[in-house]
Amino acid sequence: MKPFRYQRADDVPTAVAMLAQAPNGAFLAGGTNLVDLMRLGVTTPELLVDVRRLACDRIERLPDGTLRIGATVTNSELAADRTVRRRYPVLSQALLAAASGQLRNVATTGGNLLQRTRCVYFQDLTTPCNKREPGTGCPARDGHHRELAVLGWSRQCVATHPSDMAVALAALDALVRTRGPDGERTVPLTELHRLPGDEPERDTVLNHGELIMAVDVPPLARSARSRYRKVRDRASYAFALVSVAAVLDIADGAVRDVRIALGGVAHKPWRATTAERALRGAPATAERFRAAAEAELAAARPLPGNAFKVPLARNVIVDTLLDLAERSP
Amino acid sequence: MSIVPRAIGTPLDRLDAPAKVRGAAPYAFEHPVERPAYLYPLQATVAAGRVTGLDVAAARAEPGVLAVLTHHDAPRLAVADDAELAVLQTDEIRYRGQIIGGVIAETPEIARHAAHLVRVECAERPHDVVLRPDRDDLYKPLNAARFGRGRGELQNGSPADTALGDVEAALASAEVALDATYTTPMNHHNPMEPHTAVAVWKGGELTVHCSTQGATVSRDLIAAALGLEPRRVRVVSPYVGGGFGAKISPHGYAVLAALAAQVVDRPVKFALTRRQMFSLVGYRPAAVQLVRLGAGPDGRLTAIAHDVIEQTAKAKGYAEQVAECTRWMYAAPHRRTTHRLAPLDLPVPTIMRAPGAAQGMFALESAMDEMAAACGLDPVEFRIRNEPGSHPETGLPFSSRHLVACLRDGARRFGWAGRDPAVRARRDGDWLVGTGVAASTYPSPRFPGNATTIRVGPDGHYTVMIAAADIGTGTWTALTQIAADALDVTVAEVELRIGDTALPDASPAGLSSGINSWGTSVVETARRLRALMESRHGGTVPPQGLEVTADMPDNADAARYGMYSFGAQFAEVRVHVGTGEVRVPRLLGVFDAGRVINPRTARSQLLGGMTMGLSMALHEEGVLDPRTGHVVNSDFAAYHIATNADVGALEAYWLDTEDRYTNPMGAKGIGEVCIVGTAAAIANAVHHATGVRVRDLPITLDKLLRRLSSD
Repeated sequence: MKPFRYQRADDVPTAVAMLAQAPNGAFLAGGTNLVDLMRLGVTTPELLVDVRRLACDRIERLPDGTLRIGATVTNSELAADRTVRRRYPVLSQALLAAASGQLRNVATTGGNLLQRTRCVYFQDLTTPCNKREPGTGCPARDGHHRELAVLGWSRQCVATHPSDMAVALAALDALVRTRGPDGERTVPLTELHRLPGDEPERDTVLNHGELIMAVDVPPLARSARSRYRKVRDRASYAFALVSVAAVLDIADGAVRDVRIALGGVAHKPWRATTAERALRGAPATAERFRAAAEAELAAARPLPGNAFKVPLARNVIVDTLLDLAERSP
Repeated sequence: MSIVPRAIGTPLDRLDAPAKVRGAAPYAFEHPVERPAYLYPLQATVAAGRVTGLDVAAARAEPGVLAVLTHHDAPRLAVADDAELAVLQTDEIRYRGQIIGGVIAETPEIARHAAHLVRVECAERPHDVVLRPDRDDLYKPLNAARFGRGRGELQNGSPADTALGDVEAALASAEVALDATYTTPMNHHNPMEPHTAVAVWKGGELTVHCSTQGATVSRDLIAAALGLEPRRVRVVSPYVGGGFGAKISPHGYAVLAALAAQVVDRPVKFALTRRQMFSLVGYRPAAVQLVRLGAGPDGRLTAIAHDVIEQTAKAKGYAEQVAECTRWMYAAPHRRTTHRLAPLDLPVPTIMRAPGAAQGMFALESAMDEMAAACGLDPVEFRIRNEPGSHPETGLPFSSRHLVACLRDGARRFGWAGRDPAVRARRDGDWLVGTGVAASTYPSPRFPGNATTIRVGPDGHYTVMIAAADIGTGTWTALTQIAADALDVTVAEVELRIGDTALPDASPAGLSSGINSWGTSVVETARRLRALMESRHGGTVPPQGLEVTADMPDNADAARYGMYSFGAQFAEVRVHVGTGEVRVPRLLGVFDAGRVINPRTARSQLLGGMTMGLSMALHEEGVLDPRTGHVVNSDFAAYHIATNADVGALEAYWLDTEDRYTNPMGAKGIGEVCIVGTAAAIANAVHHATGVRVRDLPITLDKLLRRLSSD
């Protein structure tokens, strides 16, 4: 591991100011991904600003019903929160489907959003990677890409974003509240992560030194039901091949509102807006669910080793929506 | 001569458990030494070629770096013909990940960082890492014997090919015939404790605290590499956190640690990272197997052909006995087994739990399931119908063979009776349900190279000494029980010492030979000690105590009987109709392993082997990138091993039997037989559930999804 400096910040302005001084620095929260990448030499920050002590560790209900989740709330705490379990089961289920108990105990909300792809070439210094070293090439596209993207990838990069929590938050229309050297702003979660395009080294729209302070989750209609379904290569402790976060609100047998996000298929949590448009106002039937899923996945460009993800995603979308429809009031 | 079991057969608690639970059992890397230095290796990033440039200046200049070793300046070794042991002796690169240097520093962190600062230039040659059956350079193994000091074509000393009768004619005229190809990938051992070596020189003598399955063989190989007399090298390894075959040889890492300690004139500690283990400590080689079966209208096999093509390394030949079990499993007058090697620019393969049999019986036992269906017979009944009375190739009787009893007892316990043979006929919601069976077997060899010393003190306390290994299997406990019965004393009166070459030599823990060999040695020495006490000391311990050392006797019965463990495994699986996810809610095995020394540690081994078999069936695959020649999924996030959540109800039973010919304990091997057949039982159950036959491991959901949703 390359030697680095370590500083602890006690408040948000100090943390932001500390990192603004270090162009090659990074915030450290749970460290469950960052420290691994530092050991491997994938990331070599000269300064770590530890933000675990910041007063961003609360989950609170705002007057308008929004749930505000502090950035340093751990994945374990968030998954176990009564309000989350009752009002947003999709979020609790996504968190519990991820990592292990030990990792969830230290991984934070902000850090979870900013974890990096697990593409094997990205993590291997002995191979090229446009995300790690721009311009060196992408060995995954013609190599091992079974776990990688079928939607929205570019010639530069076919990586997937590994988070489960982010997929649930994408379906919940969450907002990310940040503070950087230029002040505070709010970014919709669906716009936090980027598609790779010609700059695969940039995972998100955040600027250097911009710190996630909280994630706001707007209230759901009381009649809405939500669920997270993750399909992976073993029963636990594996990243998603395909996951689906869905919120469904049905009135009189027709879809009043539906939100669908897919994990494991793209460089970002993939909000299935085409499917959603096709379903709003439509009857909640298996045929319509399937047609909507197929409409969404018509944009898929699978690689030879991950073509199975397209029918898999279709089936999981349909199963998840059917399950929610059956459980609707 | 057999012994009367008293301690044997009782579920004695693991004697090493209190120390392990308290963290007081020292594993190799933890062994305290004065001012240790730490080693981090440099590894080749091309699969074939030469090192043409090494710029180590920046690494050497890093504060805390003591030395950077490369082929330019590493001390010369006495071995040249063993590409694994002969580290840093040449600029040749034979596989990606090969050790091409080492940084030695005050801390592991400095060593690792400085290793990143070394600039390496290579002249790359075209490489070839793809196992294809149509290669034109396949060759018959000549002498790949690596284990037990035997000589022979395959690594366990057996011949590469066998043949009886006229297989082709019998297949051509068979009423029912099957012709199927099965493939298995590279598997990696991944014991929890990585490979470690702590090398300490003192006055021209070397001590290596080394995580090894065989202290004696490690000592011999390290000494030979360094050109030292074996007595000037001591290997100490009392506790080992798993090995599964990857820790029988010291590979190159222990030699490198010894060289490094020599160069910096300080003790050196070296622990491999998980990633390094994927190229430096061996793996189960991938194989392509063609199985052809022919049967008459009565469901009796007339022909069995099992032709194997498997990976080996150009750097160092290795040939695994993949089709060996086919030589004794089922009766048929016309039969053939062959092994051919594909020489590749890959790291050197090695023994991994049930070498050969784990892959080979996946193929044979899958084929038997396919053939049972083709013959319209229940798979249990089909196996029983083809049970041989004696070894089908040699004609020798079996020392004991209770496969039929395992199948019948397992079927009864599992609830097999009345099973509907129709495929894809049972459904529970979105899950298709099926059951499958497969047989298990593994040889029970005894290996030479064992001796034991037993000392009895005037207080009547016995010390039993042999350089045996406990790799988590329970040797500390089971060998103590054997010694107590052989000495006719209680377990409390016996103190066992193992895992140290300061003790008498022992063969390594592998190929299910451990207890068979060490136990026999202990029993023989105990017999002589008691005879001496009887003849010279009136049956009492003399005031000064008494000590006897004896070599393990040969087993003349080994040439008169076929000696194998057997078993039957039953699996229930559920396959999700929309995703292809596979779950195994139930695995049940019944084994014929002779007399069980300790039911607690035996059960633990059987459950562990079945779990590893499940993992092989559903998860484990080293994914090779043919462009680079390396396994790209070299960590626990990407190389999947079964988690607790993947394992449902697991039941292991054994028959109450003993073997009169294997050894004085009446025991047979237990460590390998339990992984053999598991993958086939699961694959057969997947077929029963879905109608989809998966012939290439692992059975991942994409292989099922494609064929499940075609309707």
